[in-house]
Amino acid sequence: MALAPARIAMPAEARKGDIIEIKALIRHPMETGYRADARGQSIPRDIIESFVVTYAGVEVFRMELNPGISANPYVVFSTVATETGELVFTWTDQKGAATVERKQITVTG
Amino acid sequence: MPTRREMMIGGAAIAAASLLDAPGVLADNQIEAAIRQRTGGAAVHSGRVTLGIPQIAENGLAVFTTVEVESPMTAGEHVKAIHLLSEKNPIPHITTFWLGPRAGRARVSTNIRLAASQKVVALAEMNDGSFWADEKSIVVTIAACIDGG
Repeated sequence: MALAPARIAMPAEARKGDIIEIKALIRHPMETGYRADARGQSIPRDIIESFVVTYAGVEVFRMELNPGISANPYVVFSTVATETGELVFTWTDQKGAATVERKQITVTG
Repeated sequence: MPTRREMMIGGAAIAAASLLDAPGVLADNQIEAAIRQRTGGAAVHSGRVTLGIPQIAENGLAVFTTVEVESPMTAGEHVKAIHLLSEKNPIPHITTFWLGPRAGRARVSTNIRLAASQKVVALAEMNDGSFWADEKSIVVTIAACIDGG
């Protein structure tokens, strides 16, 4: 299954030095591999394994995911507004397929 | 003489207790092994870490969980990683968050699955190599993994 769209909530502007909160959500079943379908056939494992965030090219946050993370993985974290630039959010599944989202932030002061 | 209803409640309680006890022995090993794997046997201190998780979760498929660690989050003194570990899930390692001074503060939240009522541990790894942890026990009404998504 192709990875479905993701959503990011974060401020578009901040003052230099502010700590900004970022909420990230991606639609994904996070299939554990422990479940069976209605015919008793095992449903294969299908999970996102990593979520990485870069800010102006520098990694600022990374999350390692396992089947213990709920379907539609949701994470709230923070970063310091250092400069105007792009944040890149990358989710990678167990087969190496990636979903990428980008957000721009304008930093003043 | 106990009534039939009292007998049934008593029986159910005993059955529930024995179900919980048996895996508990293994579970302690599971969570301790998961901690040891990350600490390499280093001491784990209590304090500094606050694991925010409901005492009772009606739905084990998505339990909102927050971890906060007291740290100035400077280049010289910061949290490197926060691990969430489970006592009774099929896989003890739920997730790891990798942080650094760029985070500004050490607070993260996510939704986790819990396969049974159990203990959850938040283990924080500092840049000075020390480990700090908090643990909470949580009662799960509807467990994840087997029937649900």
